[in-house]
Amino acid sequence: MNDWDIRLGSVLVALSVFVAWQLVTQAGLVQPIFLPSPVSTIGTLWRGLTQGDLLALTITTMERMFYGWMLASLGGTLLGGLIGLSRRARYWLTPMLELLRPLPATTLLPIGIALFGLQPRMLLGVIAFGAIWPVLLPTIHGFSAIEPRLHEVARNLGVSRLAFAVKFGFPNALPDVVAGMRLSLTACLIITVVGEMVTAQEGLGTTIMMAARSFRSTDLFGGIILLGLVGIVNNGLLALIERIATPWRAAQS
Amino acid sequence: MRATGIQSDGLALPSQIAAALLDLVADGEIFLRSVETIAPIAIGVLIGGTLGLLIGIWLGLSTTAAQLAWLSIELFRPIPPVAIIPLTMLVYGIGIRMEAAIIGFACFWPMLLLTRDAVAGVDVRLFEVARMLGLPRRKQIVKIALPAAAPRVYTALRLTLGIALIVAVTTEIAANPFGLGYAIISAGLSLRPDVMYAFLTWLALLGWLLNLGLTALHRHLFGAASRGVSP
Repeated sequence: MNDWDIRLGSVLVALSVFVAWQLVTQAGLVQPIFLPSPVSTIGTLWRGLTQGDLLALTITTMERMFYGWMLASLGGTLLGGLIGLSRRARYWLTPMLELLRPLPATTLLPIGIALFGLQPRMLLGVIAFGAIWPVLLPTIHGFSAIEPRLHEVARNLGVSRLAFAVKFGFPNALPDVVAGMRLSLTACLIITVVGEMVTAQEGLGTTIMMAARSFRSTDLFGGIILLGLVGIVNNGLLALIERIATPWRAAQS
Repeated sequence: MRATGIQSDGLALPSQIAAALLDLVADGEIFLRSVETIAPIAIGVLIGGTLGLLIGIWLGLSTTAAQLAWLSIELFRPIPPVAIIPLTMLVYGIGIRMEAAIIGFACFWPMLLLTRDAVAGVDVRLFEVARMLGLPRRKQIVKIALPAAAPRVYTALRLTLGIALIVAVTTEIAANPFGLGYAIISAGLSLRPDVMYAFLTWLALLGWLLNLGLTALHRHLFGAASRGVSP
């Protein structure tokens, strides 16, 4: 099979999934309340996007996710650089970080609610803090794994510590930072959706929860499709960032 | 806090947390909550993981199948598992089935993709030798493909279990009033920070032990093949 056959076949397989879904619902094999037909779901979704407030809600959720991601990436890179470049900080802090790491990021929600109450900024903080881990740990590794001779060369040339971090450390850690940011964005989307569900703040998470509670299953499936689309957009964006920031890696894969 | 005398509903003294943890262990509540979290993980990983494993093996063995399934996978995989929390609530109500379904969905994808890559990464020469020796197709899979891919499949399982724990606790925090996740958020909402942090400590300990145990098992099972695997 050549390339086009494969692509066409792949599209046909995906289409047949939707056709099967439509046939199953039309034949009444499942109750429409549990699984509405794709046609009616997409109809509802389209109406919600063009006439309703679904588009605004999607943008709200995506904004929250992106701000959280930006904060997590920035914070993770800066902190990771500080810890990674100082041997003492690494020895003192790494065991604690390793202990905190297995805690699911979403457990920060109850802590955030208990400490700061239900405010939008609390949710943003929880997203940023929860998504900082995937960036922080690889970044520490990236900054600490610099060739020792580079340290010596830099010292001989009288490079300041800050300049060393920017000119030697950061480029060395960049692949780790980008790989961490990739995991971080996925975490951000999850924490954002759960955070919205728990704190009932405006966004897709709350919308689909409300849709399920009031048995509006086409709205629910529409929301799930939108969240899937956000995930697809994220993946595309990350692939783009990876290609721009670390072109040699993209060439390898 | 003790130093300044501030009262807080969000923080607790370490000594209070330790006392709360002891209480929870003494009356057995912490074990009950842990079982409520672990049971859906076991069911979800068993069902979702097995399905992912089988389809992953199939896609790993057949390049054509993998290429044909590519778009469908790319369309469904990005759906965040938490997005189907409301759906499973609608279908199953609250309880163990709903949580297991979400965990199964969350585990299915990484298991499928990692198994596919593990099987596809098996040295082609092994298959050539097998074909030369006249080994039937079924035996090629059981005797060559699976053992060669086993260490990486195990790594996939380890990763999947980590994801399962996260998804379980998240589901409990968001919707399902059982298990450790619910214990944490209900303690927080009823202004018992000591109990909340006690459960959190326990959860961190569980996660850490899970990772430690799985890593040790990895070394035990695959010895040489596990060298270079980070703990």
